[in-house]
Amino acid sequence: MIDMLKQPKTNPGAGCAVAVAPASNEDRVQAVLAAFARPTAKKFPAWLQTIRAAAAVDAAKVGFSTIRDEEWKFTNMAPLLQLPLHPAQKSGLAPGLKDISGFTFGLDCYRLVFVDGYFCAKLSSLPGKNNDLQLGSLAEYAEANPSEMRKHLTRHACGGMNFFTALNTAYFQDGAFVSIAAGKTADKPIHLLFIGASEQPGSTSLPRNLILAASGAELKIIESHVSLSDAPRVANGVTELALGPNARVEHCMVQQESEQAFHVATVQAVLSKDSRWTSHSISLGARVARNQIQARFDAEGGEAILNGLYLGGGDQLVDHHTVVDHAMPHCASHEFYHGVMAGRAHGVFNGKIFVRKDAQKTDAKQTNRNLLLSDTAMIDTKPQLEIFADDVKCTHGATVGQLSDESLFYLQARGIGVENARRMLIQAFASGVIERIGIAPVRAYLEERLAGRFLPAQK
Amino acid sequence: MLEIHNLCAGVNGKPILKDLNLRVKTGEIHAIMGPNGSGKSTLAQVLAGRSDYTVTGGSVLFNGVSLLEMKPEDRARAGIFLAFQYPVEIPGVNSTVFLKAALNECRKARGEQELDAMEFLALVKQKSKLLELDPSLLNRSVNEGFSGGEKKRNEVFQMAVLEPKLAILDETDSGLDIDALKIVAEGVNKLHRPDNSAVVITHYQRLLDYIVPDVVHVLAQGRIVKTGGKELALELEKRGYDWVLEKVNPNASHD
Repeated sequence: MIDMLKQPKTNPGAGCAVAVAPASNEDRVQAVLAAFARPTAKKFPAWLQTIRAAAAVDAAKVGFSTIRDEEWKFTNMAPLLQLPLHPAQKSGLAPGLKDISGFTFGLDCYRLVFVDGYFCAKLSSLPGKNNDLQLGSLAEYAEANPSEMRKHLTRHACGGMNFFTALNTAYFQDGAFVSIAAGKTADKPIHLLFIGASEQPGSTSLPRNLILAASGAELKIIESHVSLSDAPRVANGVTELALGPNARVEHCMVQQESEQAFHVATVQAVLSKDSRWTSHSISLGARVARNQIQARFDAEGGEAILNGLYLGGGDQLVDHHTVVDHAMPHCASHEFYHGVMAGRAHGVFNGKIFVRKDAQKTDAKQTNRNLLLSDTAMIDTKPQLEIFADDVKCTHGATVGQLSDESLFYLQARGIGVENARRMLIQAFASGVIERIGIAPVRAYLEERLAGRFLPAQK
Repeated sequence: MLEIHNLCAGVNGKPILKDLNLRVKTGEIHAIMGPNGSGKSTLAQVLAGRSDYTVTGGSVLFNGVSLLEMKPEDRARAGIFLAFQYPVEIPGVNSTVFLKAALNECRKARGEQELDAMEFLALVKQKSKLLELDPSLLNRSVNEGFSGGEKKRNEVFQMAVLEPKLAILDETDSGLDIDALKIVAEGVNKLHRPDNSAVVITHYQRLLDYIVPDVVHVLAQGRIVKTGGKELALELEKRGYDWVLEKVNPNASHD
């Protein structure tokens, strides 16, 4: 189908292939897909080309995610289609070290930097050749076609999931490839930094990351998404993680895009026997942010910890859809999400837990707490448990509330002004998530940012 | 120091304090006793500025300044301290950060220099000794997971750090065993100076074995119905409250 669509005639190197917005959503989607369907400079191996072509078909078939779809009921992505969506172009003027200094957490780490989706070697710092850690541009690694990549890339998050995952799978150009050898612990944390720098409205980057931890390996990764421009850009990323037996991976996503940007992120982890995945999703920016954080147990004894903090102000919409698939027995999952909504912001949390028929002795716990700071802020929270086994422990709880008057009064009665007291309480609420992050400089950075954000209290 | 005239206050339209009058001079310790539901805690909360209570009449002067229009934080900065009957647990707010912020707000209001971290820690060390408070509690969130006794001791500790002019202790003795009670009472005594005052609200006489008041009041049905010296407390302990109430208000049924 896609092959039959007209290729845009613009030169990909100069300017951009803008999809002229036609009348209906369907036409717009066709135009978007057409804008992306063009020959790529990257040499992807044949098996991957096949998958990409299939994903392109999926994207057209699944169609754009609309509020008529149960999974997108509260998250209207239609404004996205009003933008002249097109693949992000490589910027002629790459940012320098100074431009990114505010986004590095002051962290001693290996760092991969992508600007509008394009790998930027000069801003990156990689481990030496003999390191137990393989780290670099996914597109470059793909040319060598390592078997481990073939085993995992696009196998866990695929085109069939939804429009955005399909779009990414069909048309991604690059992203990070991370692989740590069996039994090894990475000697430094890894920072994947995605920078949106394009001034072009509708510029869309599709980062694709693959993170592999072999048997018994250990790894800490920060994936952060930031903006250097205020243009209404789009980032639609997919990160797949595969954990070998006994592997330990901590993945911390920090999204602080500009409030004009659209951000869609899909994170899918698959866990082998006795492995442990800790996920943090800290969602601070973007006009619309949709995060899909998903874990699947492929063997017994796994543990998945999903933490999240989302803050909204102004007209922001921030959505987390989590899925924990207890496909195997004797696994544990703990979900802990906090949301703070101010202004006219809208928060969405949907926590799905599947406990399959044979997944006995599952221990699943989900907590979602929300703080509303204004009369016009809104939260939709929905736990969704589907349990097909009978010997399991599953608990969930969701709360939506305001700052406690009792606590506020206690602080005031000690001389702390009401605005400062509010800030202290909000920050304490947010810290409940941040303190779970296992990388101290990231914790410190976030605490500091929060302190700034809540002063003065947003109305 | 504190002058309350015909104070009327209630909650959700229900009157609780009815024409309450009270005068506390500088340097005095007053005890307010009374049966449950007489309005003791309401008085404490109204003086501290809790907005859940509506003041419907009367006036409160604190060192000559009208208190009722002031925000709770301004009352605290002016030197009023309420030791809560039920200290609030505030998860995520570190005790030290909280207390340092509170102290510096109060010092700023008094025109004093703010303390830096080192100076503050030295002060905390000194005061925690006074209250025999385990200093490790201060590394935790405010009151979170504290035992009942630790919470009450922490209230008096905060009082020691903030050095208020008028301390209102709302049933600080409730829920304390005798050892903790002694420590808390001793703390209050040590902090007492000729230039500050305290109002000790208590249901039982027990606390007054350790904190000797200058004046004892009986609060019943929303007003002070009897005032006397420290011997009044002993009499109340022996005879209960009924005899006071009967004497004051023989037709209690239509009150």
